Amino acid sequence: MFSKGTKRKFSDGDEEISDESLVGARVASSYSLQRQSLLDMSLIKLQLCHMLVEPNLCRSVLIANTVRQIQEEMTHDGSWHMVAEAFCSAGQSPSERLVATEVLCRSREQDAEPKLFSVISYEGCREEEVVADETLCSVSVSDTVSNVCLAGRIGQCWEKSELSGVERDEEALEDSRLGSGEDEEIDTKDRASTESPKTIGQVFGTFEIKNGSPGPDSALEELFSDVDTSYYDLDTMLTGMQSAPKMGPYDILDSLAPSHSSPSIVSTPNCRSDLNELDHIMEIIVGS
Amino acid sequence: LQDETSILDLNNAYLMKYVADIISTVEFNYSGELLATGDKGGRVVIFQREQESKNRLLSRGEYNVYSTFQSHEPEFDYLKSLEIEEKINKIRWLPQQNAAHFLLSANDKTIKLWKISERDKRAEGYNLKDEDGRLRDPFRITTLRVPVLMPMDLMVEASPRRIFANAHTYHINSISVNSDYETYISADDLRINLWHLEITDRSFNIVDIKPANMEELTEVITAAECHPHQCNVFVYSSSKGTIRLCDMRAAALCDRHSKFFEEPEDPSSRSFFSEIISSISDVKFSHSGRYMMTRDYLSVKVWDLNMENRPVETYQVHEYLRSKLCSLYENDCIFDKFECCWNGSDSAIMTGSYNNFFRMFDRNTRRDITLEASRENSKPRAMLKPRKVCTGGKRKKDEISVDSLDFNKKILHTAWHPKENVIAVAATNNLYIFQDKIN
Repeated sequence: MFSKGTKRKFSDGDEEISDESLVGARVASSYSLQRQSLLDMSLIKLQLCHMLVEPNLCRSVLIANTVRQIQEEMTHDGSWHMVAEAFCSAGQSPSERLVATEVLCRSREQDAEPKLFSVISYEGCREEEVVADETLCSVSVSDTVSNVCLAGRIGQCWEKSELSGVERDEEALEDSRLGSGEDEEIDTKDRASTESPKTIGQVFGTFEIKNGSPGPDSALEELFSDVDTSYYDLDTMLTGMQSAPKMGPYDILDSLAPSHSSPSIVSTPNCRSDLNELDHIMEIIVGS
Repeated sequence: LQDETSILDLNNAYLMKYVADIISTVEFNYSGELLATGDKGGRVVIFQREQESKNRLLSRGEYNVYSTFQSHEPEFDYLKSLEIEEKINKIRWLPQQNAAHFLLSANDKTIKLWKISERDKRAEGYNLKDEDGRLRDPFRITTLRVPVLMPMDLMVEASPRRIFANAHTYHINSISVNSDYETYISADDLRINLWHLEITDRSFNIVDIKPANMEELTEVITAAECHPHQCNVFVYSSSKGTIRLCDMRAAALCDRHSKFFEEPEDPSSRSFFSEIISSISDVKFSHSGRYMMTRDYLSVKVWDLNMENRPVETYQVHEYLRSKLCSLYENDCIFDKFECCWNGSDSAIMTGSYNNFFRMFDRNTRRDITLEASRENSKPRAMLKPRKVCTGGKRKKDEISVDSLDFNKKILHTAWHPKENVIAVAATNNLYIFQDKIN
């Protein structure tokens, strides 16, 4: 398409820089610029289309493939590597590195259900901001970067359709089986983000965050791994809410009980903050 | 033998202005007597051709509204908190087997079988009730009479006979009636299901390209069609520009194709948009069943079913857009899904473009023509003037430059009468019907 640059011609007058090499360099940099702007545009499109209620799958796949192509070319060029270095030196933690675009198609199991559980989590050590998202089925959890919650939708959107009708149960099983395998896959495909960390970090960030703290969630995950999604039918019909968890308000209090069995001073502050969090959660669930 | 030029010289323009929602599908029935349109609001409007009037020897019958009904309503999926659009994606007629007409209409998730029947007689002279419908006092009935059928004003009724629901997780893009007239297929982005017209509570999944790991998804199904004569054969196209022909006799699940059609890419024209523009938006078998036609963003290709490695004919629809792909990507026009169609004898093909232009190609003479579907340029019974897009340099009179094209006026849906030179062109919310004056 564009030539990358031509070798400087030897000339007697060294001061004369060959026009061709200048043009070549200009063409090369304009190609890089164009490519970068195409990448940015594509990522924005992906984000936007995942903000829609039900994105057009064909369009999403085509845009994602385009992004992948650009990434591959930039990797071959070495420009990806340079950008990655620059990014790393800026002090980004490994957990916020760019993940491969395959993550776009992340399975539902890792997005929807763990998010619900971390909301209910009473561990308290993670500072989590609970964001009720009307366009998504579940309540999404965002970490310190508030915009990151957008990212969660990408994989979810492609998988949301998994929840309906005929194949629901079958796929829930499938996904839960694949769950652990996918964690490893994603880690090995880590890549640094490009010059626009905000957009890409937003796009892929959440997935890393979830992977980063398996501890508190895994117990809950096990607890809820066999949640039957059929309860949605009755609950959602009645309340119009999609994120109604199987546990009712009393269940949550019950589950809190073990951690507050001894009425010691130590546990009280814990209890109070948990209850505040609970109130907040209940407000969202009940939709007041 | 048909006159060489008559196929492309449409001398008669009947403008039917159809003010409604955006038209999303157009389809003639098997005889061409009826023309169905579906729109974004879930309505179906059926036009019927009038009988040829003896007074107007030169003109053919006009198409007038025959029936209008609401096929699909918007639905709400509570689980996903999503509204399911009522837009009709496809209509396919069933061959006529009795006085009534049947068609299948599909939105994103549900397919419905509609029966359209006429009522032009009414029974009069019932024994047990009056003409008003009031019950007669049985003691007053002294004689028995046989009710007589009396003519009444024609009433066309549409009633849903079958509803095929809950079988598609993704958006339905195609439906196609099988040549056995008992079954049909429906395709969404990742799966194709086979239905029996009588059975609504189950369907067979015959193609499933959903990867076990959704992260690996790179290709989707874009269109599917049953072979016109061989009831075991169907094809489906993909977003990567490939077509797979499957034989249902080979296996219950047709994930493995019998034939794989793909044209090798021209390395010199490779760009970041190559894949997007190679995505096939429509696939149609010829009436003969020997060829199939595919539409990608810039061209229409005719394939011989016996040759998988390249198409036998390629027609450029709007090659002048190749240099504008970046802008078309930006404004999303690059994702527009154009349809294509054959004429009754498979000698010509038609497809739409932008600026309300549509293109027709004569396969025998290799002539092509660009016409415009617009009210200003189509007076009733006036000859259509060919249009030309100026690609560079000096713009001639009557030519239009690429930059002046209106990309909001796109013709995605066209249909050709199965027997005659009559075409239906949907331009946003207007339906144009053009026909040939020459007999």
